[in-house]
Amino acid sequence: MMAAVQRPGPNAMTTPERQTLKRDGGKGRAVHDVGGLEFGAIDRSEHDLALWEKRTDAILILLVGPKKGAFKIDAMRRVIEDYGQQDYDRTEYYEKWIRAVRNLIVEQEIVTAKEIDERMAEVAKRHVKAGRKVSKAKIAW
Amino acid sequence: MSQASPKAVFGALKTKPRFKVGDTVRVDQRAALGHCRTPWYLRGKPGVVVAIHGAYHDPERLAYHRPGLPEQVLYKVRFRQQDLWPRYQGLETDRLEADIYEYWLGEPKEKSR
Repeated sequence: MMAAVQRPGPNAMTTPERQTLKRDGGKGRAVHDVGGLEFGAIDRSEHDLALWEKRTDAILILLVGPKKGAFKIDAMRRVIEDYGQQDYDRTEYYEKWIRAVRNLIVEQEIVTAKEIDERMAEVAKRHVKAGRKVSKAKIAW
Repeated sequence: MSQASPKAVFGALKTKPRFKVGDTVRVDQRAALGHCRTPWYLRGKPGVVVAIHGAYHDPERLAYHRPGLPEQVLYKVRFRQQDLWPRYQGLETDRLEADIYEYWLGEPKEKSR
């Protein structure tokens, strides 16, 4: 989905060195439910939020707010928890959010997947025209 | 419970809680399909009810755009760290508290649903 302008550094959409971590769980253990597993030290470093991350936050707040009420935050969690293990481990916090928001507005028939794809292509074209680099990476549905 | 539905009035219980403060309970040992707020490491573990938070719309149903009714009683349950981790090195008195919905709790000897 994110035909975002490529940025190096901590705000890049995907961090390739991220590993898929082994789950030593049993049948029925969800991908996010890793409490107590040995995954090494927690990375506590902070970075400034990129504009797209702030926008993601704003979009979610507007969608779950009482005025729109598009879905509940629990639905958002469900979609994120349903990611495959590799997607879950290799995406960052707001990447998980924006993908879930995109999928939920389609699920709730607010927009169609086709409308999103068309709009993303339009935005990408605009960036290319302005001479900016555009990532070809697509976030799976 | 930071994400309670706005309709849930804190402490307002329409349903009578099955457990009271001080009761020994056991978290169900079962898998869950879909969204679930009960961590894996607590499943099947014994604990003691230390507080009743109130009744809230059911997050497992809200996750699928359902109304989340009937409301579910949410408890604060205290666990012994030694019961949770097989090689726990800390003090015997160490405890962990977690918020667990009533439908995840049973009597210590009751079979998991």
